[in-house]
Amino acid sequence: MAVSRRGLMATAAALPFLMRAEEALAQGVQPKRGGTLTTIVNPEPPVLHIGINNQGPTLIVAGKMFQGLLRYDAKLQPMPELAKSWEISPDGLEYTFRLQENVKFHDGQPMTAEDVVFSIMKFHMELSPRARGVFGRIKEGIAVDANTVKFVLSAPFEPFLLMFDVTVSAIVPKHLFDGQDYRQAPAVAKPVGTGPFRFAEWQRGNFIRLERFDDYWKPNQPYLDAIIYRVVPDSQSRRLALESGQVMMTQSNDIEPFDVPQLRARPNFEVKTEGWEYFGPLMWVEFNHRVKPLDDVRVRRALTMAVNRDFIAQRLWFGIGKPATGPFHSATRFYDGSAKTPGYDLNAAKALLDEAGLKPNGQGVRFTIRHMSLPYGEVFTRLAEFLRQSFRQVGVDLQLESVDVGTWSQRTANWDFDTTINYLYQYGDPTLGVERSYVSTNIKKILFSNVSGYANPKVDELFTKGRDAADPAVRQEAFSEVQKLLVSDVPLLWLMEMAFPTIYDKKLHNVITSGAGVHASFDDVFLA
Amino acid sequence: MELSRFPAYLAGRLVKAAVVVLAIVVCNFFLIHAAPGDPASIIAGQSGSADARFLEQLRAQFGLDQPLYMQLWLYLKGVLTLDLGFSHRQQASVAALLWDRLPATLLLTGAAFLFAIAIGVTMGALAARRVGTWSDSVITVLALTFYATPLFWVGLMLVLLFSVTLEWLPSFGMMSVGVELSRIGRVLDIGKHLLLPALTLGLFYVAVYARLTRATMLEVADQDFVKTARAKGVPEGRILRRHVLRNAMLPVITFAGIQAGQLIGGSILVETVFAWPGIGRLAFEALLARDYQVLMGVFFCTSVMVVLFNLITDLLYAVVDPRVEVS
Repeated sequence: MAVSRRGLMATAAALPFLMRAEEALAQGVQPKRGGTLTTIVNPEPPVLHIGINNQGPTLIVAGKMFQGLLRYDAKLQPMPELAKSWEISPDGLEYTFRLQENVKFHDGQPMTAEDVVFSIMKFHMELSPRARGVFGRIKEGIAVDANTVKFVLSAPFEPFLLMFDVTVSAIVPKHLFDGQDYRQAPAVAKPVGTGPFRFAEWQRGNFIRLERFDDYWKPNQPYLDAIIYRVVPDSQSRRLALESGQVMMTQSNDIEPFDVPQLRARPNFEVKTEGWEYFGPLMWVEFNHRVKPLDDVRVRRALTMAVNRDFIAQRLWFGIGKPATGPFHSATRFYDGSAKTPGYDLNAAKALLDEAGLKPNGQGVRFTIRHMSLPYGEVFTRLAEFLRQSFRQVGVDLQLESVDVGTWSQRTANWDFDTTINYLYQYGDPTLGVERSYVSTNIKKILFSNVSGYANPKVDELFTKGRDAADPAVRQEAFSEVQKLLVSDVPLLWLMEMAFPTIYDKKLHNVITSGAGVHASFDDVFLA
Repeated sequence: MELSRFPAYLAGRLVKAAVVVLAIVVCNFFLIHAAPGDPASIIAGQSGSADARFLEQLRAQFGLDQPLYMQLWLYLKGVLTLDLGFSHRQQASVAALLWDRLPATLLLTGAAFLFAIAIGVTMGALAARRVGTWSDSVITVLALTFYATPLFWVGLMLVLLFSVTLEWLPSFGMMSVGVELSRIGRVLDIGKHLLLPALTLGLFYVAVYARLTRATMLEVADQDFVKTARAKGVPEGRILRRHVLRNAMLPVITFAGIQAGQLIGGSILVETVFAWPGIGRLAFEALLARDYQVLMGVFFCTSVMVVLFNLITDLLYAVVDPRVEVS
């Protein structure tokens, strides 16, 4: 078959991330051995073992020492990592993974199918709520031979293949954990994985040093000799460290959004906001539906229309992130752009509030509610102030409460708030990361459950249908409908699809090559 | 000082000190537990997902499923045997965590302490000697400026000047990481990193000591025994050193005692701005993460130090000023 030029271009367009990975090569820059990457980690992780702790900074650092079976491109398509190939049986029940050969753990022991079965069926099942939710559906995990693993599900589960990234199911050494209390095992303090970098040194409060693993399974990789994560707690100091060249890269929340434009303007820095597609973080205003008048859909819609989401994305986050269109992040599978949450319209908002019987008093105030700002940095304080201004325009008085992380976590979990800000990862699939915020069966006094208290039987039914259907077309249908329903019920005020800037010296190559960005193993990152 | 009464005095003071420390431990325990949120809910919040079992597991592991009085009892029992407990969050013993941070903390606070006393007392003495002249005015204005300027701002300005504009000194951290250095090279490297944070932290205290020294020296200089000394024909420099300064030292020692008690606690602000791996930051982060054991460990050590330095200060009075008797 002759490949037309048009066909080639279509392929290229479909694979933007593979192209990006090869970008350095295309520019004629050859990967080069050697060099140390000094970067920042913030906040400092409490422990460095994946699974034992799954906080963002831990995942970024531990992602260099551990690997999953798969990784994912920006379109969430699986790519090989510790699994070189995989098959799904036609009934959607059996998943067979063939493992790379000659993979060694940092202690020299070979990585085999036994380690994979142990990691999935025991280690993460025991430790991680997120893994538990999905891996509980595995009826049987079998090490067919040293290099083949088979998982048999009790019922088809279409998003199953999204669960094998290092950030959710890293492969850990069975011989160092089996039969012990995983949290107290000696290996927790000295992580042993299969990744391109091994644990070298951690001076708490100061730095973490990872060094090249010479027996890494990809020949001649990794290119870097070492990666050093410096612990720098102050955001202005982090910015200075980057500007003065004391570190070469920052990521995640390291740099406040309002500092990004100046850094963008510098010719020696690359600023990328890609690499968060696998997580799909969506930010919203959480409404507590138990608090009047937030139980009234007209009020929630009016408040939605009082907020200029473009302003938030452009002026508070300086273009890092996009205005949300509804309950799904646009990178999440089954996103339906046709279901749109109402836009900025002050007059319509006022009319709706009038209709709800909430007339302004002498001071022009219709009602007063509290707002607990999210204690994750300066930008969220600014967001809270912006929301107060916005709501004031339609006669709603927002009283701001400043809290620390502990207070925020407890009060949000205990439904002790009127409104607050929250952002959740959607993990690529509505069943994995969206459903939990809306279904009534998940109204619990636990963070990241349905703390707003929203309940709609039809929504429950559609999420169940979407979860259980094996056929993507059926799932699409259910999720399109759920998006329409949610947009009309406005259970939450969706604000922004978040992203986080990765800023690095242009001498560094191949930094963002997947939908998980800086969480990747960095086995292909090099300095040139 | 009557030497025979000294052991009894010391024993009495030590018993009182122990009671005070114990009371502080108990107060801290309840204060910390009164703050909303617990370590498990915070870890859940930072992990981005949680279920009931996850929280239960963590709370059981952290010992938070026990009744409060039981937790207090276990902690007190530990403290009495000098066991400060275990941070489950960080999977390390509190003693080890504190011990790790101690050298960096003492280096920073100690350097700032010595710098502050040396420069502060000198400045104060100079100003007092030339009271009313322009050099006195310069010193007084400088001291007032240091005293009134927020620490973090001084820190940031020093960084802007010495790290960003002049590129002489590193802006953060305690040492260069990932470079091979000789022993001397390492010492110099740490010294370079130490300069800005120690200066930032020290400047405030320089101001305090300068003002204190100047004020008390002027007060003492008016007293009869100084006039007598002068009338006897003692040289001015000697009067200043032997008669005025020595008598003016009491308030300075009092304040130095207070500051010395805080040496081990480090400084949250300066450690944060300069990413200095000290105990102040450890405590602050433990507070945010509700890492109870670590926080109580820091409080325990600092309260012991404060009580201890109070005692040492009292003893020092007697050495500096023979009129003060230990009793």
